[in-house]
Amino acid sequence: MGLKTPLYDTHVREGAKIVDFGGWDMPLHYGSQLDEHHAVRRAVGMFDVSHMGVIDLSGARAREFLRSLLANDVAKLAAPGRGLYSCMLRDDGGVLDDLIVYRLGETAPGETAYRLVVNAGTRDKDRDWISARAAAYGVTVQERRDLALLAVQGPAARDHVAALLPPAQREVLLGLPVFCAVELGEWFIARTGYTGEDGLEIALPADAVQALWAKLRAAGVTPVGLGARDTLRLEAGLSLYGSELDEAHDPIASGLAWTVAFDPPERRFIGRDAVLRARAAAPAQLVGLLLEERGILRSHQAVSTDRGPGETTSGGFAPTLGRSIALARIPTGAAERVSVAIRGKPVAARIVKTPFVRHGRALITL
Amino acid sequence: MSDTLPDDLHYTKSHEWVRRLPGGEFEIGITDHAQQALGDLVFVEVPAPGRRVAAGEACAVVESVKAASDIYSPVDGVVLASNAALADTPELLNQSPYGAGWLMRIAVDAGGGTGGLLDAVAYAALLAEESN
Repeated sequence: MGLKTPLYDTHVREGAKIVDFGGWDMPLHYGSQLDEHHAVRRAVGMFDVSHMGVIDLSGARAREFLRSLLANDVAKLAAPGRGLYSCMLRDDGGVLDDLIVYRLGETAPGETAYRLVVNAGTRDKDRDWISARAAAYGVTVQERRDLALLAVQGPAARDHVAALLPPAQREVLLGLPVFCAVELGEWFIARTGYTGEDGLEIALPADAVQALWAKLRAAGVTPVGLGARDTLRLEAGLSLYGSELDEAHDPIASGLAWTVAFDPPERRFIGRDAVLRARAAAPAQLVGLLLEERGILRSHQAVSTDRGPGETTSGGFAPTLGRSIALARIPTGAAERVSVAIRGKPVAARIVKTPFVRHGRALITL
Repeated sequence: MSDTLPDDLHYTKSHEWVRRLPGGEFEIGITDHAQQALGDLVFVEVPAPGRRVAAGEACAVVESVKAASDIYSPVDGVVLASNAALADTPELLNQSPYGAGWLMRIAVDAGGGTGGLLDAVAYAALLAEESN
């Protein structure tokens, strides 16, 4: 018996196969993972992501605190409602978590406020890490256990959510730029996602999420489980904490150098010195692999390259491509042709640029 | 549970089924329970005709969206045929586990048979036990 989101009973009623995910009882699929995957690529699906953590920070020095806490720079958030993807690092550069930080409106004159959305398996660790450092800045840390999170993803996602809103709010939502958020009534709606499709992530009071689910369901939105969430994010080339990302690896070795703001140099964020050293050495890189023979790539398979060994971090069947793909950590500078050991047998694979798929289309040559 | 299991088949503890065909050879597949537990099947590797297999030997692989699973030969014998349609349509295993989703046909060695395999009642009991 694990932790349950406010939608647990709804998942059971929808016929979900329930599995443990980071201590939470979550839906793996509602019948067919492949059908759910295609629904998101072609139309619209919804995911219960209430197991993820929402942490609100506020205080006169909240901005200054986050500029120390995060590897990306919240100074980029020029206005309330803007969002930013970032890693949170240890002193040695290991990735504690990857998260999205949103700038919220001012709570009081001179105060700044931010919202962090963090991974399910790391939320307790993150809260403790953040709280232990926030006090020195006089920053208030509030974990929002009162909120549920629903992701609505796919080319028709925004239209389906907009249809539930009064006309004035509808217009605001349809005008919302990518990676920005807006508060409409009690809903905090961000134009973000984890699928490679257009879509929204909605934080709302836990007691209101069942009604939202029911309305979207009645409008034809497909429920999607964690299984398709994983194949969608893999096709989109997006990292999963615990697979591509962990405390043993820095962002450079995890394909996330682009999320680290090294400028301005006077910003002394936690892990900066270690990441600078890693950037200079850069022994390993994260790449996409396309399997060129028959079979299925999985995580933790040995990869052979002309520069030495590596390992797949995630792998599987890519439903949009009809082929198997993987993400792998391999030596920097390795040649395009590699081989992967599937059940001890070497099979040919090719390094390809990620994302593999975006907005319903293959971006790689098959 | 048992009323959905074909009672003309035999079963293994590792969730394969065995059908004795009119010509005497055995047809092998995976059970409905197995395909449900695996989820959508996306890749199947079957043995080449002519390959000798021993009872309990891993001789085929089915891979779902979730994981790879070995398929064990229920009998000693020689592979006569494998289901070529599965290369392009592995979903046959989900759609028709006891029919179009068959995996291979085996000529059983002299003296070999269904002894040691489970009948439908015994397999149903195994499923009931596993679900507890």
